Amino acid sequence: MLTNNTREKFIKAFFWLAGLIIVTILFIIIAYIAIKGVSAISLDFIFEAPRRAGKEGGIWTTIVSTVYLTLVSLIIAVPLGVGSAIHLEEYAPRRSWFANLVNLTAETLAGIPSIVFGLFGFVFFVIFLQMGWSIISGSLTMAIMILPTITRTAQEAILAVPAEYRENSLALGASKWQTISRVVLPSAVPGIITGIILSIGRAVGETAALILTAGSSLGMPEGLLDPARTMSVHLYILAMEGISMDRAFGTAFLIIGLIVIINYLANLSLRRMSYVNRQI
Amino acid sequence: MGKLIVNGLSAGAVKVNSEEKNRPHGRQRFQPLNIERGIEFLLKLSAATAILAIILITIFIFARGIPLIFKTGLIDFIFNLKWSPTHGSYGIAAMLVGSLVVTLSSLIWAVPLGISGAIFMAEIAPPRIGNMLGRMVELLAGIPSVVFGFFGLIVIVPFIRTHLGGNGMSVLAGAIILGIMILPTIISISRDSILSVPAEYKEGSLALGATHMQSIKGVILPAARSGIITAIILGMGRAIGETMAVVMVTGNSTMIPGSILSPVRTMTSNIVLEMGYASGDHQAALFATGAVLFIFIVILNLVVNISIKAGKNYAN
Repeated sequence: MLTNNTREKFIKAFFWLAGLIIVTILFIIIAYIAIKGVSAISLDFIFEAPRRAGKEGGIWTTIVSTVYLTLVSLIIAVPLGVGSAIHLEEYAPRRSWFANLVNLTAETLAGIPSIVFGLFGFVFFVIFLQMGWSIISGSLTMAIMILPTITRTAQEAILAVPAEYRENSLALGASKWQTISRVVLPSAVPGIITGIILSIGRAVGETAALILTAGSSLGMPEGLLDPARTMSVHLYILAMEGISMDRAFGTAFLIIGLIVIINYLANLSLRRMSYVNRQI
Repeated sequence: MGKLIVNGLSAGAVKVNSEEKNRPHGRQRFQPLNIERGIEFLLKLSAATAILAIILITIFIFARGIPLIFKTGLIDFIFNLKWSPTHGSYGIAAMLVGSLVVTLSSLIWAVPLGISGAIFMAEIAPPRIGNMLGRMVELLAGIPSVVFGFFGLIVIVPFIRTHLGGNGMSVLAGAIILGIMILPTIISISRDSILSVPAEYKEGSLALGATHMQSIKGVILPAARSGIITAIILGMGRAIGETMAVVMVTGNSTMIPGSILSPVRTMTSNIVLEMGYASGDHQAALFATGAVLFIFIVILNLVVNISIKAGKNYAN
C-alpha cells in the first residue's frame, strides 16, 4: 500500500515537472528577447526609416508595410470568410456535398505550410497575373491563408446564435436575409472579431509566404502595386545576413509585444463571446 | 381559435397577392425576392472561394513543378543525392532526408513532453493552474516562427557550439526549435481530447479501486487515443512545413547529415533560400519540391481524418 502511494506521488511529481518545463521554455524565450530588445527600442527606432539596408535608422517603413498588408488582406478575407460561414450555417443543407467539400477544403487550406502558399502566390499573383512583388500580391496570398480561421470562427459564432432569435424575426415577417443581417450577424459579431484578431496575429508573424510575394524592398509602399518588407521579413533579413543584431532584437521585441497584445485581445473577445452566450 | 388566425392570415396573404397582381409594374413584385436570391448566390460564391483556392494552388504548383520531374525522372528527382542547380542536377534526396530527420528528432522529445503537459493540465493541476498554463501555451502558439528562429540563432546555436562542439548550426538546433514550436499543437489537441473523455469512465475506474494514475494510464489515455494521435500527426505536419525557424538554425548544407551536430537542409529551407534568384529549370525544381511537400501534407491530413473517424467509432 505504501509503495503504491509513493509511486503515485512520484508519477504526479513527474507531471508537475513536465508542466514546469513548458512554462520555463516560454518564459525564457519571452524574457530573453524582452531584456535584450527593450534597450533597442526608442521613438527614433520606431518612427525613423531604415538606412543602409537597416544597419542604421529605425524600422518605420516595415511597420507601415505590416499594417498595410494586414489591412488589405483582412478587407479581402473577412467578407469572403463571413459570407462563406453564413452560407454554410444558414443556407446550405446539413451534410450536403457542397458544404462537406467547403469544410474539407478549409481544413486542408489550414494545414498547408506557408512556404507552399508563398510558391503559389509567386507563380499565380506575382507572375501569372503580373502583379509583381507587391502589397496586393502579398495580401491576396495572406487572405487565402487566413480564410479558414475567419470562416471557422464565424461559423462557430453563427451556430451559437439561438434558434429562437431567427424564429422570432421570421415570425415578425422579416425575410431570411433581413433576419440574418439584422439579427444573426449582430449577435455573432464577437465571434467574428475573435477570428479577425487571430488573423492579425498570423499576418504579423508571417514571413515565408510574404518574402516570395511582397518582396523585401525597404522603401515606403505608396500604393497596392508597390513592393513591401514587413517587420517579420525585416527581422529575418537582419538576423540571417548579420546586418544588425541590435535592431533585430528591437524588431523581435516589437513583434512579440504585438503578439502578446493580440493574444490578450483575442482572449478578451473569446470570453465576451462565451459571456454573451451564457446570458442567452 | 388557432384555425381562425391561420385562416385570417392566409386570407390576408391572398389579398396582398391579388393586390400585387393588379399592379401595373409587374417587375417590382419580384424585386425583393431577387435581392434575397442574389445574396444567397453571392454567399454561395464566397463559400466556393476556398474550393477555388485549393484547385488553383494545386494546378499552379504542379503545372510549374511536374514538367521538371518528368525531365529528370521521378526516381532520379527523389533519390538523387546531388542538388547542384549550376550543373543542372536536381536531386532532392538530401533535403527529403533532412526534413524527415529534423521532424522526427523534434517529435522524439516534443511528443512525450507535450502529452505529459496535456495530462498535467487536464488531470493533475488544479483548474486555475491548468487554465493559466493553457493561456501560456496559446501565447507560445502565437509567437511567429521567425522569432523562434531568431531565438535559436542567438541562444541555442551558440550554446551547442560551445558546449557540444561543431558549428552549432545543426540538426539538433533545428530539433530543439521545431519541438518548441509544435508543443502547443500537441498539448492543446491532446488536452481537449483528454478533457472530452466522459467523467463516468474515470469515476468507474476509481470506484473499482484503481488509483488516479492507474485510471489515467488504463482508462483515460486509451479513451483519448485518437485525439492524441491526431495531435501528433498535426504536430508532424507543422514541423515538416515549417520554414523560417529551421532555415535560421540548421546551417543548410545540402548533404545528408552524419550526426545530430551536422548541418542539414530541409525541403522548405531549400525553397526559401533559392527562390529569390532561381529561374528556368532551377525554379521549376523548387516548385517540384513544393509539390512533394504538398503531397506529404495532404497525406497527413487524410490520416488525421481517418484517425478522427476511428475515434468516433471507438466512442460509439
